[in-house]
Amino acid sequence: MSDDVKKFLYLNRKAPYGTIYALEALEVVLIGAAFDQDVSLAFLDDGVFQLTRGQDTKEIGVKNFSPTFRALGDYEVTRLYVERESLEERGLSPDDLQEIMYEDEDDDWAEKPSIRIVSRAEMADIIAAQDVVLSF
Amino acid sequence: MSTLHTVNKSPFATGSLRSCLAHARSGDAVLMIEDGVYGATAGTGLSDEIAAAARGGGIGIYVLGPDMAARGLDAGRVLDGVITVDYAGFVDLAAKHDRAVAWL
Amino acid sequence: MAYEVNGQTIEHDEEGYITNLSDWSEDLAKVIAETEEIEMTDEHWAVVNFLREYYEEYQIAPAVRVLIKAIKKSMGPEVGNNKYMYELFPYGPAKQACKIAGLPKPTGCV
Repeated sequence: MSDDVKKFLYLNRKAPYGTIYALEALEVVLIGAAFDQDVSLAFLDDGVFQLTRGQDTKEIGVKNFSPTFRALGDYEVTRLYVERESLEERGLSPDDLQEIMYEDEDDDWAEKPSIRIVSRAEMADIIAAQDVVLSF
Repeated sequence: MSTLHTVNKSPFATGSLRSCLAHARSGDAVLMIEDGVYGATAGTGLSDEIAAAARGGGIGIYVLGPDMAARGLDAGRVLDGVITVDYAGFVDLAAKHDRAVAWL
Repeated sequence: MAYEVNGQTIEHDEEGYITNLSDWSEDLAKVIAETEEIEMTDEHWAVVNFLREYYEEYQIAPAVRVLIKAIKKSMGPEVGNNKYMYELFPYGPAKQACKIAGLPKPTGCV
């Protein structure tokens, strides 16, 4: 990676449909992916609700954008950090999250999971390792 | 390498301040702004928790004076260990740390 | 504003993107292509079909580079490259092909 590549972290702390934050974050990630930076996403607090399985918005008349997370691998966004404590506080386990895979270019296009469950302390370290943190 | 965290929500309305404090590392600064300044007052249900974070952990806790004044919060009611800054102090904090993280 | 297809009227916005995604049909695609002065070939259809499948699965239209990478994978590098894509869709592969595919206008890309 060249010197002008910066580490960008998108910090997601809001549930998906009650406010526009989650959708806006995803749109910024997709547009920002064109700039060839080192991008990862963090999900903590209510942000973990964005990744749950089985979302169905038909009857509330808004777009279900949860399938779009599965497209992130095509945009070379392959690290989605999810905080374990935030899941547990909400009665969730990693199995409650949808499967999000990416193809690893450097490993003969092997399919690998994009979601990485991390502890709160690890999340603090991940935040501290960034050049830019964008909060939603 | 350290981080300036800003919190702009009242700790009585959201968990942003608590989550921020749980993710701040030694050497970081936490600055309460806008409705976040309600977290800087003494004698609340959260005072002990916030004062403890200000004392231990090597985290500097700050509050933005103009936002306190706007809300009629007297400077004398600021929790022990919380440092009041003006806008220039906010800029100094931003310049001193390597990144800024907003806890919305 | 509307397209006329087989006696049916299909609404579109001021730029020609259809309002209701479920109104799409292959015949409509041909009508939209005509207004874009594009004659649909197998390669055009491959791109349009890929876009529709991608949207169905992920609820977004892919960025151009994602589109090109996928076409390269399925149809080979002589079709899946930037230059050829612009030959197929001179006013921008994503913009024009999305219109023909009946998808919303892609945000922030060509």
